[in-house]
Amino acid sequence: MLPAVALPHRSPEPLSFQGEHLRRLTALARIALEIRRLSLVGIYHAGSGHPGGSLSCADILAALYGAELAISPAEPQDEGRDRFVLSKGHAAPALYAAWAAVGLLDPAQVKSLRKLGSPMQGHPHVLDAPLAETSTGSLGQGFSAAIGMAIGLRHRHIPARVYTLLGDGELQEGEVWEGAMCAAHYRLSNLCALIDYNKLQSDDLNANIMGLEPLADKWRAFGWHVEELDGHDLGALLDALRRASEHGKGPSVLICNTVKGRGVPFMEGKPHWHGSVKIKEDEIFRALAALGMGEDEIREAVHGG
Amino acid sequence: MAAEAQTRATQAAPSLIGSSGDTLREAFGRALAEIARENERIVVLDADIAGGTGTHHFRKEHAGRFFQFGIAEQNMMAAAGGMAHVGLVPFVTTFAVFCLRAIEQARLSIAYPRRNAKIVASHPGLDVGPDGGSAQALEDIAAFRAIPGMTVISPADPIEMAKATAAVAAHVGPVYMRTGRSPATRLFEDDHVFEIGKGQVLNPGTDATIVACGVEVARALEAAHLLEADGLSVRVVNMATIKPIDAPLLAACARETGAIVTAEDHNVYGGLGGAVAEALAQSHPVPIEFVGVHDRFGASGEPAELAEAFGLTAPFIADAARKAIARKKRGIS
Repeated sequence: MLPAVALPHRSPEPLSFQGEHLRRLTALARIALEIRRLSLVGIYHAGSGHPGGSLSCADILAALYGAELAISPAEPQDEGRDRFVLSKGHAAPALYAAWAAVGLLDPAQVKSLRKLGSPMQGHPHVLDAPLAETSTGSLGQGFSAAIGMAIGLRHRHIPARVYTLLGDGELQEGEVWEGAMCAAHYRLSNLCALIDYNKLQSDDLNANIMGLEPLADKWRAFGWHVEELDGHDLGALLDALRRASEHGKGPSVLICNTVKGRGVPFMEGKPHWHGSVKIKEDEIFRALAALGMGEDEIREAVHGG
Repeated sequence: MAAEAQTRATQAAPSLIGSSGDTLREAFGRALAEIARENERIVVLDADIAGGTGTHHFRKEHAGRFFQFGIAEQNMMAAAGGMAHVGLVPFVTTFAVFCLRAIEQARLSIAYPRRNAKIVASHPGLDVGPDGGSAQALEDIAAFRAIPGMTVISPADPIEMAKATAAVAAHVGPVYMRTGRSPATRLFEDDHVFEIGKGQVLNPGTDATIVACGVEVARALEAAHLLEADGLSVRVVNMATIKPIDAPLLAACARETGAIVTAEDHNVYGGLGGAVAEALAQSHPVPIEFVGVHDRFGASGEPAELAEAFGLTAPFIADAARKAIARKKRGIS
């Protein structure tokens, strides 16, 4: 495992020093790598889970928890904190891994993923894991709950922001478009949605199941500030998040083009690794090696307590 | 033991019985607007039917706390969970059938995270009348009752509606509450006491007990009067809280009267009747007869005509009581 990385805080100014910017991106890249490793370790020990969609959103979660979200590890339940809702709740392994990677959770806990008595359920449950902000796992609902939080925070004059990550298959839920209309109607400039656009869903390509395109046009037509970017480019993510937070006119959506299974070549772009699958022992060794872990480190992660 | 339950009896005000009252939805809307003066965290979520749910009273007085969600109940229901999470006390209001449409959002985004959000459903049951079968929710009590931690309430008259609204606002946790579309029979005086989870004996009796909720409470009282003419002494219980059900009161009624009839404007499966049968099966099994809609959809018609056509009126309740008493006498439970 990598040593814990210090949590960078959101800068009020655009990053001006290249050196600082690079250091920051390097720190975020380490967080992203740690998210990928811990996600797979959790899924391996659980005996089931969704590796593909956890790996595809690792960089997005790194940018959020590593830089964008104002959450104090000392007071993670402070009323003024930013809220993040994982609407694509099946990427729970990556969410728990992100918390661990930024010091909000003991990394050893990810090995209890999906186990009886563990707060790390297969899909996030807020009463077990308060950082989840709400319980998700039924697609579309986290997005609506995030909208409710954004409305409520603004009503109560609390200046916090609300972020939510949706899957692309999730966009087939009608509730998402009810919410899209609602957030634009209320001009929720304190809301930023991110889409993990990896183009694959449970059974097949989005395009073969129920086409989503033209996706950016749809969101624009609904009245959102839309950005399309490479969801594995941490610099691009930070820039887009900053522009979203500065866009005072309404909600923003970042359509993050990603690769399912990103970082583990034999999982990349394969629908098989979307679903809740069992990672076999030889597969976890190969996967963690591909993520740059040494053999001893892998043995410790796989066989250690 | 009879005395014990009798002492808990609250007499329905005889002078008021039969007089046509306010609708439950209007009583709810007025009460909520009033309660919200004292509690600034209360907000209302509406799906373009504030005129129908009674929340137009709230909108008029507290416009800044009235949130329009359009005809999009799924988003509204889950958003209510989010609003509760950031410290508001949302009252999500729509017709009962549309609460069913968004029940999975009520389950995951309200009940599962134990949000302090209230779902208030107008237009339940055959009481909806002419709009017909598509609009008459006859499954909502059963469905919401099956969600862990969900309190389910169906008040009987406008006074009780107002008191229940105050109790629901003060209660911490998810609630599903039915109002009603049609003018409701006034049963109670202004000093009526409503407590979540407590049934009330409205009419004393020893031969059988009619346990009713919502619009059926007035019909149950009428049935008790009909039975009195036959020389039968029938107790009437107003069971406004269907969940958590008042099991001690039910057990006392079963023990003391030995026969039970349930009456509700709902499918006989899974609603009040189901809740009563479950409780008594465990504590004191006695003959039970179920008055309600027998696994059918509703139809267009005036509420009174529908009640007659579907077997919800006083004579049907009285017949059910005679049957339950006969079973008791034959020793069949």
